Amino acid sequence: MRFVDEFRDAGKAHALAAKIAALCEPGRQYKLMEVCGGHTHTIYKHGLEDYLPEQVTLVHGPGCPVCVIPMGRVDDAMHLAAQPDVIMTSFGDMMRVPGSTGSFLDANAAGTDIRMVYSPLDSLKIARSNPGKRVVFMAIGFETTAPSTAMTVLRAAAEGLTNFSVFCNHVTIIPAIKAILDSPDLRLDGFIGPGHVSTVIGCRPYEFIASDYGRPVVVAGFEPLDILQSIYMLMLQLSEGRSQVENQYARVVPWDGNVVALKVIGQTMELRPYFEWRGLGFISHSALKMREQFAAFDAELLFGVPGVRVADPKACQCGEVLKGVLKPWECKVFGTACTPETPIGTCMVSPEGACAAYYNYGRMNRQRVPEAAQVSRS
Amino acid sequence: MTSGREQQVLDRIDRARRRRPRVREERITMSHGAGGKATQTLIEAIFLDAFRNPLLEPLGDSALLQLAGARVALTTDSFVVSPLFFPGGNIGDLAINGTVNDLAVAGATPLYLSAGFILEEGFPVADLTRITASMRDAAAVAGVHIVTGDTKVVERGKADGCYINTAGVGIVTRDQALGVAQARPGDAILVSGPIGDHGVTIMLARGELDIEADLVSDTASLAGLAATLLDAVPGVRALRDATRGGVATILNEIAKAAGMGVVVSEDAIPVREEVRGASELLGIDPMYVACEGRMVAVVDGSQAGDALAALRGHPLGEQAAVIGQVTEGPPGIVQLKTAFGGTRIVDLLVGDPLPRIC
Amino acid sequence: MCLGIPGEVIERLTDQPDLARVNVSGVKRVINIGLLDDDPPEPGEWVLIHVGFALSKIDEKEAAAALEFLEGIGQAYADELQAIAESRIE
Repeated sequence: MRFVDEFRDAGKAHALAAKIAALCEPGRQYKLMEVCGGHTHTIYKHGLEDYLPEQVTLVHGPGCPVCVIPMGRVDDAMHLAAQPDVIMTSFGDMMRVPGSTGSFLDANAAGTDIRMVYSPLDSLKIARSNPGKRVVFMAIGFETTAPSTAMTVLRAAAEGLTNFSVFCNHVTIIPAIKAILDSPDLRLDGFIGPGHVSTVIGCRPYEFIASDYGRPVVVAGFEPLDILQSIYMLMLQLSEGRSQVENQYARVVPWDGNVVALKVIGQTMELRPYFEWRGLGFISHSALKMREQFAAFDAELLFGVPGVRVADPKACQCGEVLKGVLKPWECKVFGTACTPETPIGTCMVSPEGACAAYYNYGRMNRQRVPEAAQVSRS
Repeated sequence: MTSGREQQVLDRIDRARRRRPRVREERITMSHGAGGKATQTLIEAIFLDAFRNPLLEPLGDSALLQLAGARVALTTDSFVVSPLFFPGGNIGDLAINGTVNDLAVAGATPLYLSAGFILEEGFPVADLTRITASMRDAAAVAGVHIVTGDTKVVERGKADGCYINTAGVGIVTRDQALGVAQARPGDAILVSGPIGDHGVTIMLARGELDIEADLVSDTASLAGLAATLLDAVPGVRALRDATRGGVATILNEIAKAAGMGVVVSEDAIPVREEVRGASELLGIDPMYVACEGRMVAVVDGSQAGDALAALRGHPLGEQAAVIGQVTEGPPGIVQLKTAFGGTRIVDLLVGDPLPRIC
Repeated sequence: MCLGIPGEVIERLTDQPDLARVNVSGVKRVINIGLLDDDPPEPGEWVLIHVGFALSKIDEKEAAAALEFLEGIGQAYADELQAIAESRIE
């Protein structure tokens, strides 16, 4: 597969690993956060940590849009799905997220009609072929996905569809990063920046991290070599005392982002004054809702939702995992009470959650790749 | 290196996983049919618990019985695939081949099948005729006879057109006792061809995804291929039919039943380009995708070469490959060496990315 | 959710300017290219696909540059390993 396979070439991995190791100051520990859940997934799926020297630790960040949805909002979604004649559509990642009374999958077993879709546009198809039903699309995701929801709403409006609406749970990445930076629990040396969010927002929004907080940021692609190269670029900055925003994923990410995408988001959505993030609490101006002009497509307005704030189960430590304070295996219920089959929190359910990634892929005795280890010692 | 603390957590998890399975849900969900963890828990906690006996315990693809001095294999399978007709075949082909294959991988020569039909009111008779014609043809290829059956009709809205159950008996003549529990360290693991063709074909055939690809279901009778392998190689420990849950599920079954480790190489696993492309697009892993005409074989390591040659010599095994081996440990764990050089775990599937594919 | 996959544009749909057919490893899919309205992709160009939409064009020059960098590092590494190996022969 072009633009994929070349960036999975193991041969080059050894070279990058050696260079990363060579940049480590003796006795110094490096903590780099990969913000994006997709990066966490790649890291574990390809066994990338095997290439890193002991001194470099990857800290998993909150960039998993499923993981940060609080239980109360999941309950709200279930409330919508249970309304008469409603067909709810949702990405697969959400199907097993636990609300107070179970997940979407459990709700289906009890009679609701929640269907998995791969694109928000699929919801329009369902709406067109089921005129007697009301289709509600559960919109989740960062700025990566918000433009797609926006385009879908614009399409629905253009077609005059009257039985389609969106339950909008889009969140924005910068406030989450800022919450991490301001958190007293963490001392991070640098950030592996989210690749696909940046195709929309560009690289400028991260400049404050480098200038105000003095931490380097490298916007990274999703293949294992992309991530390794980004780690190398971060280590180079650190060794040279620089803190800048760099774009490793330049083949996909334009520095200025996607103007059309930003335009359609702005056209259809606006920032909520505040929004609750699982684990991070209430963050101001961190999430999107439909604009008034598109009220006809806003499920929250059309149907109303209970909006009850539900605290995480006492045992759940998702918040700390999301902030990178705890590694998945350090959570008290990891792997015992909380497993992918019986998840207590979202970090274990979403394929991009750190706990799911670690449980499904990384739950084993770590062996560093021999050549990398050998060269790093020489 | 894994710290002491982390290892303690891993050990604690290992103990938790070995606890007696319990179904926590009050109602059946689609996960229970996916062939992964939930299915296994359901089988062990409800069915095995209720029906427990030594012949059922192995939970193999077929049960092996002694009947008046002969060794007989008995199996059953139900088919609820949607859509009923897809590139490469239809529910009828699956109904014959699925049951034939369960017998073949038990080392039996498949002989006789029963076929039970549950038909929905309003189902076109022409479609039924197409299905039964396919069944007749598939049975001829497999060398089996359909000798008894049943028909029920249910109201419009149930049975989604047509559900079929087939049961089959076959006779075991060779001395080899096959079973995944026999796997030993050093054994080679082979797969008979590219994985994931059937499941991805079905997903695309549903027409909901606007994806077109030149893919057909791999549904086929493995009776000939299995016989070829068993005749050529005395050191075959086990054969498994890779259906729901895919190759990953079989690897986990091997590791768990034998109490051994399994290590496979991503590079060695044959996957068609289109299956890879579709899987990347959909965010699924071909290792968990169902096949309907692929076999996984566990073979004495020293005979791996012969096994591979035997498979490749047969039309259905042309792209067979050695994908990994059985190791001393860690017990019950399947590890994958990624193409990238790192290592990760391959666990049982949780959830259900491809509902109702066989 | 961050799932984005590269695909090659095969054709624009004549009756629907917003849509294009792409090829991903032999698998073809119709996607919406409306987000690339200011510079729509033509057949032969590659795009990043996310939930049925093209989010960005893949810049072949940048991709080549990235690979060249990796190639260079790979070569330097191979050279270094060889040097290490040779220096042990004494």
